[in-house]
Amino acid sequence: MIKEYLKMIIVLTLIATVCGFLLSAVKTFTFERIEEQILVNVKGPALKNVLNQATNNPINDRLEIELDGISHTVFIGKKDDRLYAIAFESTGAGFGGDIGVMIGIDIRKSTLSGIGILTHQETPGLGSRISETSFTDKFKGRSVNDNFKVKKDEGAIDAISGATNSSRGVCLATEKGVVLYSKLKAEILKKIKKRSNKK
Amino acid sequence: MKKSLFQEFFKGFWEILPPFRLVLGLCPTLAVTTLAENGLGMGIATTFVLFFSNILIASLKSVIPKKVRIAAFVIIIATFVVVVELVMKAYFFPISQKLGLFIPLIVVNCIILGRAEAFASKNSVLRSAADGLGVGLGFTMSLVLISSIRELLGQGTIFGFGVMWSGFEPFGFMAQAPGAFVSLGMILALINLVPKKL
Repeated sequence: MIKEYLKMIIVLTLIATVCGFLLSAVKTFTFERIEEQILVNVKGPALKNVLNQATNNPINDRLEIELDGISHTVFIGKKDDRLYAIAFESTGAGFGGDIGVMIGIDIRKSTLSGIGILTHQETPGLGSRISETSFTDKFKGRSVNDNFKVKKDEGAIDAISGATNSSRGVCLATEKGVVLYSKLKAEILKKIKKRSNKK
Repeated sequence: MKKSLFQEFFKGFWEILPPFRLVLGLCPTLAVTTLAENGLGMGIATTFVLFFSNILIASLKSVIPKKVRIAAFVIIIATFVVVVELVMKAYFFPISQKLGLFIPLIVVNCIILGRAEAFASKNSVLRSAADGLGVGLGFTMSLVLISSIRELLGQGTIFGFGVMWSGFEPFGFMAQAPGAFVSLGMILALINLVPKKL
């Protein structure tokens, strides 16, 4: 009896252990490729939109910048070989969960060069309309010091009717984004200068 | 009379062709067959899992105690499913995005557990490999058939190529869930007209 139970435990444990090792090996092996695929296929289209005047490939010219122990990926947009805008990710709580937003900032004019929705779990047909350009274009060209709140909260952004909370989420992400930008700006410029000096 | 290896392989294409003969694995059949491309991707992913889980289960069948066999099978199947998921994400990202949740859900696809329990746990490694490959490719074939019909009528294309005449009005119903039920039912009925043993 006891022998039978022991055998069950040992066999199941062994199988699970071997499977676990196999999985961690596959995970390590594919990790970099998956990150790269996400960059190209998910962030690529959004970047093309928010850095639409860039003549370089922002995915290749990206920087990792650390702030308070968190690493942020900053994508650099260059026009005719000169830095004109940067883009990075930010998140805000929407109606169905966090909304991931790519925020592009024109450094020369201190305005938003555009925003693009990366990930969201909003209601299809209602909140999901935040990814339509008719909504994201409302942020384009605004100064970084603007009041990024929906009109209901005495802000400047027209919310999508029936999707106030989703619109709030995008505004929140943008607000967080411009705050982050003001903290990171000096660091980013320093790093870019260092990099172009190296060349 | 015992079947030859060749017969074990080919029974998956007609005699126990899933999902028409073995009426199992209906969830992916109904859910992902909107485009021929998706059907093919789902079929190949399932075939991979079925083939390797059948081989592994057949080679471990004498070690696994009877009472915990289902748990052991599920661990093995789940492992291969995660492998497929990661590999698809790394090398075929667009299609893995389209199939989304249905790739991890291969774990609960009854065809795989069904073949493990009914075949691989009782037969040799070689026979189980032939069975897994045959049933998997049969499933792929069926998915491509259903999804081609739905894509053709629902969007006027097959594998993204326009094949209908220019004035063709897409039959939107076929691209939605009810279209899946109707086309599955029609094909099921047609296949049942032909006897199992030819």
